[in-house]
Amino acid sequence: MTAAAPPRSDRRLLVSGLLFGVGAAGAIDEIVFHLLLRWHHFYDRAGGAAALVSDGILHAATWSATVAGLALLADVHRRRAFAPSTWWGAVLVGAGAFQVWDGVVHHKLLRLHQVRYGVDLLGYDLAWNAAGVLLLLAGAVLLRRARRRTAP
Amino acid sequence: MNQAVGTLVLVPVALYLAGVARTRSPWPPGRTAAWLAGLGCLAAALTGPLAAAHGDLRAHMAAHLLVGMVAPVLLVLARPTTLLLRALPVRAARQVSRVLRTAPVRVLTDPFVATGLNAAGLWFLYGTGLLTAMVHAPGLHLLVSVHVLLTGWLATAAVLALEPIGHRRGVVARAVALAAGAAAHDVLAKALYAAPPAGVTEAQAGAQLMYHGGTVVHVLVAALLWRQWYRSRATVRDADRAALTAAA
Repeated sequence: MTAAAPPRSDRRLLVSGLLFGVGAAGAIDEIVFHLLLRWHHFYDRAGGAAALVSDGILHAATWSATVAGLALLADVHRRRAFAPSTWWGAVLVGAGAFQVWDGVVHHKLLRLHQVRYGVDLLGYDLAWNAAGVLLLLAGAVLLRRARRRTAP
Repeated sequence: MNQAVGTLVLVPVALYLAGVARTRSPWPPGRTAAWLAGLGCLAAALTGPLAAAHGDLRAHMAAHLLVGMVAPVLLVLARPTTLLLRALPVRAARQVSRVLRTAPVRVLTDPFVATGLNAAGLWFLYGTGLLTAMVHAPGLHLLVSVHVLLTGWLATAAVLALEPIGHRRGVVARAVALAAGAAAHDVLAKALYAAPPAGVTEAQAGAQLMYHGGTVVHVLVAALLWRQWYRSRATVRDADRAALTAAA
């Protein structure tokens, strides 16, 4: 019993970070790029039904992931199992994964909407996806460091 | 028309208050307030300026959010089934409780079935000519509103599972059902934006209101669901045990 409990808390910490990372990136995309900057359009008519369905699922999934991630985080704190570098590493991996998925699948493959309109897109697309890859790498580095620290 | 709405709202208010008066144990006042507020949302959506704005999709969607999403959450929080079981004499309560455990009720209150029914009803309303037809037929409008209220209520009740009805699934399954319903709602809102139904005005603003307003209510329901998980006896016990191990 005593041997079984701590790994479960560790996994919950990791899942909490991943969910919150995906959700936070989705929320930032929605609030900053759609509502504040108005670079992204609600729907630009270039994508078909598949784009609408994929967008709806991603939108609902990201908000759900944010709430679930926070609930799990509260529970991890209650278990006294919070480890900052593991959690932040997982958050960055989740956020990077969202950013790359949004940049490649939504913007380019499904053509749901573009990063910005009325500009040369290449630089924006490169910056968008490079930011995603950087987030992923930073998260992976943090997670590796966290694992080395807890390893015996 | 307003007479029908008045009956629709006041009869449930009277029944609920009669139930509260009959329970022997004290009934939390917050639940009574939720019941009154939920029916208040229904009245606000079906009378006054929202009901009078024919064909304006913004007004229609504001009413849709009130009837199909906000009112159901409040009515679920009011726990009317629990009140009914407490207010009835023991024998009658047992009979009701037996009905609530029958197979059809169990199937209907499964979160995936209930959410699916809710989404199917909305897709039917906006995908066919029903929306256009009900703009000019007040009776049909009332009927559709009641249907939207009941399916929204069923879906919310199935996801939050606050009452002793049917079978309660785990938190992950209920969170997934909720997210699936929210996704269907989002897709429908963007589909309406892309191709508005015939005869409506302000379609794009209305569709965006449906999309963002729906998100707000869905996040609220998800927060209620996860708070319930956080406070559940089994989760608290597991956390206590893990904290003890961590401290040791």
